[in-house]
Amino acid sequence: MSELRADLAIISQWIEPGSRALDLGCGDGTLLSHLKQQRGVDGYGLEIDPENIVACIQRGVSVIQSDLDAGLSDYFDDDSFDYVIMTQTLQAMHYPSRLLSEMLRVGREGIVTFPNFGHWRARAQLALGGHMPLSPALPNQWYDTPNIHLCTLTDFEQLCQHLDIEILQRSVVDTAHRSNFAINLMPNLLGEMALYRFRKRG
Amino acid sequence: MPDIIPADSVGLISPQSLHFAEPLKLDCGRELPQYDLVYETYGALNSSGDNAILICHALSGDHHAAGYHSMEDKKPGWWDTAIGPGKPIDTTRFFVVSLNNLGGCKGSTGPNTINPANGKLWGPDFPIVTARDWVNSQARLADRLGIDRWAAVIGGSLGGMQVMQWAIDYPERLRHAVVIAAAPNLTAQNIAFNEVVRQALRSDPDFHEGRYADHGVVPAQGLKIARMLGHITYLSDDAMRKKFGRELREGKISFGFDVEFQVESYLRYQGESFVDRFDANTYLLMTKALDYFDPAAAHGGDLSAALAHVQAHFMVISFTSDWRFAPERSREIVKALLDGDKSVSYAEVEANHGHDAFLIPIPHYFDVFRSYMDRVAEEISA
Repeated sequence: MSELRADLAIISQWIEPGSRALDLGCGDGTLLSHLKQQRGVDGYGLEIDPENIVACIQRGVSVIQSDLDAGLSDYFDDDSFDYVIMTQTLQAMHYPSRLLSEMLRVGREGIVTFPNFGHWRARAQLALGGHMPLSPALPNQWYDTPNIHLCTLTDFEQLCQHLDIEILQRSVVDTAHRSNFAINLMPNLLGEMALYRFRKRG
Repeated sequence: MPDIIPADSVGLISPQSLHFAEPLKLDCGRELPQYDLVYETYGALNSSGDNAILICHALSGDHHAAGYHSMEDKKPGWWDTAIGPGKPIDTTRFFVVSLNNLGGCKGSTGPNTINPANGKLWGPDFPIVTARDWVNSQARLADRLGIDRWAAVIGGSLGGMQVMQWAIDYPERLRHAVVIAAAPNLTAQNIAFNEVVRQALRSDPDFHEGRYADHGVVPAQGLKIARMLGHITYLSDDAMRKKFGRELREGKISFGFDVEFQVESYLRYQGESFVDRFDANTYLLMTKALDYFDPAAAHGGDLSAALAHVQAHFMVISFTSDWRFAPERSREIVKALLDGDKSVSYAEVEANHGHDAFLIPIPHYFDVFRSYMDRVAEEISA
């Protein structure tokens, strides 16, 4: 497990060993597999793509083939997990706010990562080039993208406020998933990728 | 007929039989004083005895799951696509056991075998058996074969129900449970179909209250209609349209009641070929086993409670166009397992074949199946 994607490595550090996690849109199961082996984390992945289902099974990750847009109520009762994780998926959901609430219904804490639409390059392409941004973090053309609900750090934090969600931890990085002084100074302008850990307020 | 046996076939197979002299108490309150079970095995049991797989058959299935009985066979066993060297259930790694269930008509004790109490055919006097009875008899078969714990118990449809029953009744005797195109119980609609099947059989003038053998006849008409109905429900609307459309056999309608549409021809053929290979009393018993299966009933309808003590890792698979055992029903199983924090994976395979899909080597289905079985094999280092 040496080549863990850097954002997944950051998440891995946020998660308490021996806890229970649900990974929404778990892809090929890399994160869960890593968490299981390195942190003793027990959990399930939800995924819709057939090839990813096969990949998860090959890794020995417990995976449920399902559509996140249909919500989690089909499967999960309240407070079933310590963490509900969603990496690079929030922006592709039909109902991101509903899903955030669902995450905190079934889990104690939520963790999300998403590409920051407020990054200077995105702003520049839209403002100066007059076209939808294209970048390593946003590689798809507007007409052929799963990303239907892109947002900036500010947007996300406002939504959290609106949903009464308390942000516990934030990490903002570039596409190589590195952080630096400048990014931390102006995250919404210089950060390409955002990672948040949060819980219900109160 | 195979000119040569394909390389990925288990080859020529001879069924075996074991006699069980110890009485078996049944759910219905009666007991079978003694019985025989006919089974086949593929592959070899390893020295630690932990690479055994049990195949549970569905309504009209039997022990002949893979390979050929002779070079004259028209077709291999019913699940030959899944069982063999290099196939999802890889017989170079696993020792596979497939039996004919009690009440069946292919050699195991059932309505068409002799009741030792009176030297006559059991016929309609054969007791109604349930999935739980089957699993108990299968556990005894495992004992006799020296298998303490199955690497996996696998089945589709009614077979999948037996897999669930195994996990509930013998939690420590299986590592993995592969439940395909199954349900936690039958819906009212499903029971209704079964009732039509039973009426078709029982209202045939040749049925003779199940004692047709004494009269030297078979309720052929009833069997035919029962099977035709079954076939309609095992396929999806889409699959039927694709397979037959409104195609006419003679190219034009003839304003008569002979076979005109291809679909009629297909159904009649399926019905007729069934008459030669299946027993009406067995068919009746199988539909009852389906109707009665409901492990949650003993727990006030709470499936999670019924599955609370299972230890097996579950792989649950359903097919999108299966309306007899719809994906929603498989999701109920998954949900109940998740409630108990059990190990479970679930694949919902996009397929237009209806319930029959579980017998068809659909790529995504077999990728999932093969990957899962690879994990099972790695675990026991087979």
